[in-house]
Amino acid sequence: MQKFTLLRTTAVPIPMEDIDTDQIIPARFLKATTREGFGDNLFRDWRYQADNTPKPDFVLNNPAYSGKVLVAGRNFGCGSSREHAAWAIADYGFRAVVSSFFADIFKGNALNNGLLPVQVSPDFLHQLFSGIEQDPGIEVEIDLETQTIRIPSKGLEETFPIDPYKRVCLINGFDDIDYLISLKDQIAEFEASMG
Amino acid sequence: MGKTLFEKIWDGHIVTSVEGGMEVVYIDRHFIHEVTSPQAFDGLRARNIGVFRPKQTVATADHNVPTKDQHLPIREALSRHQVETLIHNCADFGLELYGLGHPYQGIVHVIGPELGITQPGMTIVCGDSHTSTHGAFGCIAFGIGTSQVEQVFASQCLLQSRPKRMRINVEGQLGKGVYAKDLILYIIAQLTAAGGTGYFVEYAGSAIRSLSMEGRMTICNMSIEMGARGGLVAPDQTTFDYLQGRQFAPQGAEWENALAYWKTLYSDEDAVFDKEYHFRAEDIEPMVTYGTNPGMGLGISQVIPTETGQSFEKSLEYMGFKPGETLAGKPIQHVFIGSCTNSRIEDLRLVAEFVKGKKKAPHVSAMVVPGSQQVAAQAKAEGIDRILEEAGFDFREPGCSACLGMNEDKIPAGAYCVSTSNRNFEGRQGPGARTILASPLMAAAAAIAGEIVDFRK
Repeated sequence: MQKFTLLRTTAVPIPMEDIDTDQIIPARFLKATTREGFGDNLFRDWRYQADNTPKPDFVLNNPAYSGKVLVAGRNFGCGSSREHAAWAIADYGFRAVVSSFFADIFKGNALNNGLLPVQVSPDFLHQLFSGIEQDPGIEVEIDLETQTIRIPSKGLEETFPIDPYKRVCLINGFDDIDYLISLKDQIAEFEASMG
Repeated sequence: MGKTLFEKIWDGHIVTSVEGGMEVVYIDRHFIHEVTSPQAFDGLRARNIGVFRPKQTVATADHNVPTKDQHLPIREALSRHQVETLIHNCADFGLELYGLGHPYQGIVHVIGPELGITQPGMTIVCGDSHTSTHGAFGCIAFGIGTSQVEQVFASQCLLQSRPKRMRINVEGQLGKGVYAKDLILYIIAQLTAAGGTGYFVEYAGSAIRSLSMEGRMTICNMSIEMGARGGLVAPDQTTFDYLQGRQFAPQGAEWENALAYWKTLYSDEDAVFDKEYHFRAEDIEPMVTYGTNPGMGLGISQVIPTETGQSFEKSLEYMGFKPGETLAGKPIQHVFIGSCTNSRIEDLRLVAEFVKGKKKAPHVSAMVVPGSQQVAAQAKAEGIDRILEEAGFDFREPGCSACLGMNEDKIPAGAYCVSTSNRNFEGRQGPGARTILASPLMAAAAAIAGEIVDFRK
């Protein structure tokens, strides 16, 4: 898994609430048996017309907006457990998603793929959206060591929560699976104790 | 201090915990399907390891299978490849597969319970958010991502944060024509699509107790639609009666031992919940959704509320509805009866009873997709398939079908579909499709009338 420490970048805003994983990656694109290439269909039906031409008013098709951070309204990633949603966002090139509220399964999937979910206060989110609206070139800085997100040009910063174990995993690029496999003897003992 | 039902089961499955509070939770049963498993199998291959406890995983093909001519090769190449990949993976890693052509094949959340694999007190996971369905049996069941599918393959465990505790009490008696689906759509409309996030929900109260196991499955199934990781109902005589004699349920002395344990599975009187809600069954009428998330639901006699905000406005624009309107009388073009929410035999019986001797409206296309081969066989034995066909409904073969529009069962752009499934997201049933969630009876009535109706009138 890719390590995450410090990120300073412009951001792409989607100021909608309850963005579900069917919008992030529609089910008809889940037929692949590998993890790669889902970024091409990220937000497929918001991004493209039925004839596959780009919809000019969608933010990913607007050259004014770019960067490695996606900023979205509350309850981001609700719905299906498809990890393909996290793969699609990461494959497109995002390293972090900022919202005031994440759906549980999406948050876990993102963390398992080195994609950082940054949960901020509704007020900070509002400031971030309005900052980007005024200047699409505005930068945000995300420091996982100190769990801080900043908008340097506005002098705003806020700390964000993350499980301490998952924080260490992300900083070092560790997967849960290595740790779980290391526990096999203990797991076998547990099974024996259950009868 | 007493424990909640959730805590009793969870605490009994903790192998160890890590600094910061996450816990290593032992998983009793793991269900897999063709869509969210291939990358997990590849992960095992990359590490050159096998499945740690292969007997605790069961596979089926459901999300991406055709619902017509299942005996023929799958026509669409990518879907065929995905289903064949599951067959190869299960053979390579020694896993039981109830694939196409097997008498146990069906939607993963239908077959687990009906085969008696799902039992009280267990921890159950699957790479599918509607794994919450199994909580109806008083077990902890939740959906996971593919990385976690790989973790369960490799260790039979998952690293988890302990969710907060919520109890939703529904007291009283549901009115005539009001079903489990209406009850859960009502709850989600009250709590919103994010109201349960961070929680695991216990459903309690006399209205819940009076539901059949299939009704309880419908309730627990949609826990995820309010953001909760899962939902569960304490097991009782209804649960035990359902399980006894099923294929993989304990038998003989084992049954007695299991029963003694299952009877300890309830929240203690003095157990503490982080949040508790109380609802009255009498307040609930047949429900429909008007927007693009399952929290946007209302009673059939109510009108669409007036709200502001870009998300609300975009949602209504997508649906072609306006604030202040009622949904009754809105013409519809499609009806889908199926999905892990409402595709079991009781659902099909209700629909058949209602449509018997009637004909669907000429402009409506109505599809009934049974949840499993066993449900389909039972329906045929009872003559339900013939009743449905005579009413002009298309009786299909089992699978997830138009719930998520992954196979060829899609709703066309702009068309309205009254659906017994669980999600009314934009494009869920096909690009541009407009989904109205409802109970099987509301769906059947809409198919006959050609528009949304209050069938009680």
